[in-house]
Amino acid sequence: MSLDLTKEEYIEETKQASHISESQEKILRALESDDVRGHFEGSLDNQLVLNMGPQHPATHGVLQLVVSLDGESVVGTVPVMGYLHRGYEKLAENMTFHEFIPHTDRLDYLSPLANNVGYVLAIEKLLKIEATPRAQWIRTMCCEMARLASHLVWMGTMAMDVGALTVFLWTFTEREKILDILDILTGVRFTTSYTRIGGLALDMSDEVIARLKGFLDQFIQKLEDSRALIERNKIFINRCEGVGYISKEDAISIGLSGPNLRAAGVGNDLRRDDPYLVYNELDFEVPTLTESDVLARYYVRVREMYETVKILRQCIEKLPKGPINTPDAKQVLPDKGEVYTKMEELIHDFMIVNFGNTPEKGVEAYQAIEASKGELGFYAISDGKGYPFRLKIRSPSMVSISSLPTMMKGAMISDIVAIIGSIDPVMGEADK
Amino acid sequence: MAELTDKIKEKLSEANGFQGVVFTENINYPMIEVPKERLLEIAKILRDEFQIEQLRDVVSVDRFTKNERFECIYNLFSLTHGKRIFLKVKLDSKNPEVESLYPVWQSANWAEREAWDMMGIKFLNHPDLRRLYMMEEYEYHPLRKDYPLMGLPGAVKLPKK
Repeated sequence: MSLDLTKEEYIEETKQASHISESQEKILRALESDDVRGHFEGSLDNQLVLNMGPQHPATHGVLQLVVSLDGESVVGTVPVMGYLHRGYEKLAENMTFHEFIPHTDRLDYLSPLANNVGYVLAIEKLLKIEATPRAQWIRTMCCEMARLASHLVWMGTMAMDVGALTVFLWTFTEREKILDILDILTGVRFTTSYTRIGGLALDMSDEVIARLKGFLDQFIQKLEDSRALIERNKIFINRCEGVGYISKEDAISIGLSGPNLRAAGVGNDLRRDDPYLVYNELDFEVPTLTESDVLARYYVRVREMYETVKILRQCIEKLPKGPINTPDAKQVLPDKGEVYTKMEELIHDFMIVNFGNTPEKGVEAYQAIEASKGELGFYAISDGKGYPFRLKIRSPSMVSISSLPTMMKGAMISDIVAIIGSIDPVMGEADK
Repeated sequence: MAELTDKIKEKLSEANGFQGVVFTENINYPMIEVPKERLLEIAKILRDEFQIEQLRDVVSVDRFTKNERFECIYNLFSLTHGKRIFLKVKLDSKNPEVESLYPVWQSANWAEREAWDMMGIKFLNHPDLRRLYMMEEYEYHPLRKDYPLMGLPGAVKLPKK
């Protein structure tokens, strides 16, 4: 091809030469910035378009990245979404509020408990009810346990992405212990569906608290062990330091939240800035770093785990006694024992299960929680029927992925996996 | 919370030449309803004068009414004040179009792509208005109320053998 082709002619020629479909053409166009012209001179200075994913072990799910390369350095990146799109927002409009709780497990499948809590908090705002103190404290513990489990997976996989395999095995052993506790607490390890509107499915037993205490007592040492494996490892530091930089202004403008934003020097945490549940009664710090590279994001999350342990210890100490379900018969599912023996409860149970909770007409509610990936928000609109008129999920992973093109500018091809690992995306949530 | 909202109320009052700006109360955060012609201008004011640095999400709603069927709700967050505020525009039923907020917040890029994909709201002057989730050849907007839950048979063109 000659030097003086314009961008349009270049794309037209490539299209004819390789039978590029319409959608691929649009991706190509997005790759080409205006100052780059299609010029193929010698075979050595070609820009190569590399397709990474959706079936790639380092993309953490079905994320596809179309990367344009100049030699080994990245010139442009276009993330392609939608391989795990299941249409949860449409599904939510066609089922009752309670029926959607199991679906929230499948959003961020590494921390299902936090999603359960975020969703029911939004619906409780819609119904204008509030959970009992004990339920609120248990929910706080759920959120933190989910954060710990999610961060452990992230730490292992991210270290594996840059070549350290042992960390993965060690952190997964710790995560397994958390899942065992969740098994006793909720009855299942993964897809918990633990919360109910106005309460919880089961109470937290003393055994759970005892096991959680035992877990926390040994956890810090285990975490230190895992950290010692990589933090003084020259290969790990070299592969992380200064890689995947995003400026503070860009991070704010792109809308990042959670650990990725805190690594860029903005100390924003919804648990502190817009408190929900009982976070305003707890004492914890918000770790913030300013380097904004892969290593900074690593340290922010590791420090968060220490804060989480601190929060869980306080929760165990302060956990109040009392009922776990709000005494609002019209909106909260009654106790199963009472459903079988009492007429009134049977009727309420029947109505809630079959026709759903009924908020007022025209009420809207938004609730965001600080999930392990960032701000997880649910925007619910009611039209007075038993199912939401519209439910919008604000997923932190999607926003994190949208920052990839900025982070990858100028990176080497081997840095790509480190950068993807550092932003901690979960495609179940990003694709909804 | 009240201080920031009051200041914004004062700024966007009719005395300052802002007609049709309504403050609504049916949600647990302050919400401002603005005419779509002045959305970009008001967004710039909110960012520059009230330190609302982030657009966290764009919620598109299909009210399924005859007039003003579509709505766009912008979820704004101020890092300086730690406050959340919502911005709402009502759009036409036939031809929902609104100015893109990409010049103000970069996050509008993907959020608006999602709204275009799912609800078919067109964002003018958007830098890269591709579909986000569905394939580019897809002709429908699945979150609209007139789109059936089970999908439309034949809507996805499969490759010929």
